[in-house]
Amino acid sequence: MKLLRCPLNGLRNIAEFLYGGEVHPLTDPSHHGARAWAEQVFFDDNAAGLVLEWWCHRPTSYWFIAERNTLTDQVLRTFASSEYFVESVSFKRVSSGGPNA
Amino acid sequence: MPFGLLKYGLRKQHPGQHHFTPSKPLKSHYDVVIIGAGGHGCSIAYYLAKQHGITDIALIDKAYLGGGNTARNTAVIRSNYLTESGVNFYRDSVELYQGLSNEFGYNIMMENRGQLTLAHSDAAIRSFRWRAEVNQHLGVRSELVDRQTIRELVPNLNLSEDSRFPILAGLWHADGATARHDAVVWGYARGACQRGVELHQLTEAQGIEIEAGRVVGVRTNRGKIACGAVVQAVAGASSVVGKLAGIKLPIHSFPLQAMVTQPYKPVVTPHVSSPHVHVYVHQTSRGEFVIGGGSDPYPLYHTRATLDQREILSAATLELFPFLAQAKVLRQWAGTTDMTPDYSPIMGLSPVENYYLDAGWGTWGFKATPISGKTMAELVATGKVPALIQPFELERFYRFQQVNEAGATAASH
Repeated sequence: MKLLRCPLNGLRNIAEFLYGGEVHPLTDPSHHGARAWAEQVFFDDNAAGLVLEWWCHRPTSYWFIAERNTLTDQVLRTFASSEYFVESVSFKRVSSGGPNA
Repeated sequence: MPFGLLKYGLRKQHPGQHHFTPSKPLKSHYDVVIIGAGGHGCSIAYYLAKQHGITDIALIDKAYLGGGNTARNTAVIRSNYLTESGVNFYRDSVELYQGLSNEFGYNIMMENRGQLTLAHSDAAIRSFRWRAEVNQHLGVRSELVDRQTIRELVPNLNLSEDSRFPILAGLWHADGATARHDAVVWGYARGACQRGVELHQLTEAQGIEIEAGRVVGVRTNRGKIACGAVVQAVAGASSVVGKLAGIKLPIHSFPLQAMVTQPYKPVVTPHVSSPHVHVYVHQTSRGEFVIGGGSDPYPLYHTRATLDQREILSAATLELFPFLAQAKVLRQWAGTTDMTPDYSPIMGLSPVENYYLDAGWGTWGFKATPISGKTMAELVATGKVPALIQPFELERFYRFQQVNEAGATAASH
């Protein structure tokens, strides 16, 4: 059984967790065209080596960030997302057009 | 053939034949460099040499011939997909497979065993009916079958109504088959080498040289190669090699695990797949049950086998074949699957001129080996994207025109 350390709940069975994708800066859809939006939605680094990624402890719905080595399957550290996103992200509302504007 | 054998038998010496070109020094220039000497890379080299007369090719691999996912897949060949693009593509591949042993003069051990996919819910039956209609329309043998027919096809299958997920119906695909995966890559590599292609093992691509948006060379651990075109055919490392050329791909790499039991007498003929309990099983002609395919729940480039997946695969297998309860697992392994968002490959042009992509082969690469080689060779030789692979170009993601085959893929993610 593999274990993962949740910053909120401590060491738990990895089956309790959900992988949530790479940590990216968020793209503001109102300021970029369709291509940038497609990249945001589909494209990733998929790096072989150290990566920063989102994980969720499902029973408590707690999202956090893990630093993991995808070549060795070792988790180096896990920490609250507030350590990474120190400022709140907010996008301006656009009246029409959406991602293609 | 019989006379050749007789002559060989009467000869005093019995020299072994070289399957592939013996190791040579790397030249400083080739017309085409193919990165990855797996099934796809060798198939591309073969068709370039055979159909298009392009033989100044370096087929390079960081490890050895067919040692990656070509050696790790479960050797299933089928074409019962859902979209028109998918069905047409895989149908042509299955047709090429049928003639491959004769074409090579080399036995790829093609076994036309048929493939049965099981429905355990009404929703699955509806999707099977849809697939069967699409398949038949496009000339692929697929049909919805009832429990009685399933019993006749696979008498040892657990058709009890008291099981956790009773089997309600099936999608019978008479064109389904398996083949010896190693023989496929060896056959292609041998055919390519006989026509002058150079196979360079232990030759790792470490950098891609680009000038004015056009590829001009490949840096390797054995020196620099100048070239006119590059094809990347590195299933399991598509993102890593793509990055060398500055190309970002919509791929996430997951290990897919499979295992094989001790041999038994022949009791199961078709390949049996259950998307619902997440397992697919066939009995090889040697008698072993090949059991696949469980994905690790997060991306990884490590190909170790885990106890978790062995438990999951075993539990699912016992739902279908309870008589395997005492079977011993001889081997368990993993291959890295480059999963795309729509479960279809990424083939064709790239943002770099003369740099061609044969990527994103997820869990559907082995069955596409012949047709991907043929179409990619045509692209490299003519510069025009063959109609069969136009739907699979990288650009589709920018236009939000995915080719959704998630439902027709046996492994789940």
